[in-house]
Amino acid sequence: MEPPFPAGLTLSMAAAITTPLAVTHRAAALPRATHDAAWVRWLLTGIALLFVGFFLALPLAAVFTEALRRGLGAYLASFRDPDALAAIRLTLLAAAIAVPCNLVFGVAAAWAIAKFNFRGKSVLTTLIDLPFAVSPVISGLVYVLIFGLQGWLGPWLQDHDLRVIFAVPGIVLATIFVTFPFVARELIPLMQAQGNDEEYAAITLGAGGWQTFWHVTLPNIKWGLFYGVILCNARAMGEFGAVSVVSGHIRGETNTMPLHIEILYNEYNFVAAFAVASLLALLAIVTLVLKTFIEWKHAAARGDVS
Amino acid sequence: MSATSTQRSVLPGFGLSLGFTLFYLGLIVLVPLSAAFLKTAGMSWAAFVEAVASPRVLASYRVSFGASFLAALVNVFFGLVVAWVLVRYPFPGRRVVDALVDLPFALPTAVAGIALTAIYARNGWVGRFLEPHGIRVAFTELGIFIALTFIGLPFVVRTLQPVLEELEPEIEEASASLGAGRGQTFARVLLPELLPALLTGFALAFARALGEYGSVVFISGNMPMRTEITPLLIITKLEQYDYRGATAIAVVMLVVSFLLLLLINLLQKWSRRFQQA
Repeated sequence: MEPPFPAGLTLSMAAAITTPLAVTHRAAALPRATHDAAWVRWLLTGIALLFVGFFLALPLAAVFTEALRRGLGAYLASFRDPDALAAIRLTLLAAAIAVPCNLVFGVAAAWAIAKFNFRGKSVLTTLIDLPFAVSPVISGLVYVLIFGLQGWLGPWLQDHDLRVIFAVPGIVLATIFVTFPFVARELIPLMQAQGNDEEYAAITLGAGGWQTFWHVTLPNIKWGLFYGVILCNARAMGEFGAVSVVSGHIRGETNTMPLHIEILYNEYNFVAAFAVASLLALLAIVTLVLKTFIEWKHAAARGDVS
Repeated sequence: MSATSTQRSVLPGFGLSLGFTLFYLGLIVLVPLSAAFLKTAGMSWAAFVEAVASPRVLASYRVSFGASFLAALVNVFFGLVVAWVLVRYPFPGRRVVDALVDLPFALPTAVAGIALTAIYARNGWVGRFLEPHGIRVAFTELGIFIALTFIGLPFVVRTLQPVLEELEPEIEEASASLGAGRGQTFARVLLPELLPALLTGFALAFARALGEYGSVVFISGNMPMRTEITPLLIITKLEQYDYRGATAIAVVMLVVSFLLLLLINLLQKWSRRFQQA
């Protein structure tokens, strides 16, 4: 059924990328019996566009409109606030630690789960998804229970003058927790679909384990990897609930961008709040564009680009 | 499949990768989550019930479960329409709309929260048209519902899209050739095929909405007993240094989340068997 395409990469990407843009113009090729009447098409397209417009496009437009409400000068002035700059720095720092950690984990987990058979594999896969099922607030709470003053390690940390909760380490940990599954869940189905044949061939030809990984596996999974990383990064920079619980909201010290937005907003400093928000909205747009680009590349590789 | 055992012995790195995976999973996820259960295990049963079933907590369940349920339901309907249109009808800008569907995944919840509040506030783009009709969205249950609808939409669309893609045109042709109208074909042939995916999408959107915090707190007004969602109540208890109370509620929510996760896994298994059959 599938059109012939270069083996390996293509089919598996479809399985991996959980939101496949293998959405091609198959509709055009469908026979008439599966076509809807024109008025149905117009009506449904209208409803869909209206819904997407109201619920998705409008909020996005509102961010930029509100940010520029008092003009470009006021907008730019928002970024001269040292607290805003500190928040941006902290957000970048947290993502710069959390994303590589979960990247290494994702590759390791995918290697173990996709390349080998062992008991309890499906349980392990479910456990990896667990952080997605947990409320962000609870993700932060559990670290307070361990590292907080009343927590398991609280007294020990205090004796050694170390702070995790209401400090940067707690923010990083909470960020790692909420972005935990992204890379792994992208890679596992991708590598499962690719199978072991190419690695097997490399090993047979005398390549070492790392050599095989770098020269055979990595090139095959690079787009899936990139895909997982950009989604992981978007969530890492935008996380609010979990970070809110562990941060302590100390201005200029433990405020990430989303937390800084909350403070500004609650102070009725709307232009500044939306100015910082506009940066995160831009990040979201860049993420979506990159995501679409990767899916388009994948569709092109599949040979059925629209 | 028979070759698997040979390959397993040849490919290196099993011990290292699995060992690291289990270590990291335990350190980051399992040990912290178990802390919540252990903390609650130290409470007496009466104290636990007191913490998780006081009138204010019960009111927060009503708000959270009610609004999440309604939002997921609305998303099932509109999500189906959006997915159907994206898969079946080529129209200009389809790719942009398709990309936009993922916005709730990519846009930080706090940003969505203040943007929705700005739109639905009394003088906002939409709020100013609703206000004269006595409809208030911001700082009411309706606002919570709107925020939860926003964050839930992609779950339904992305669950349905691949299933719609895979539908064989033959079954629709067969239905048409046997004399069924388009509506009949949809209700009797397509909808049953889509049911597992619709239910999965509903469960995913519902589960996400239950735990949602960032997009809701700005628009909800956070009035105890009326517009206070359960995740917010957990934070409130934490800020009052009531760690036991906060953890007890968190355990209730965790159990609900795990049950939903289990349900979703079962639904997906059913869905897969459905497609193979």
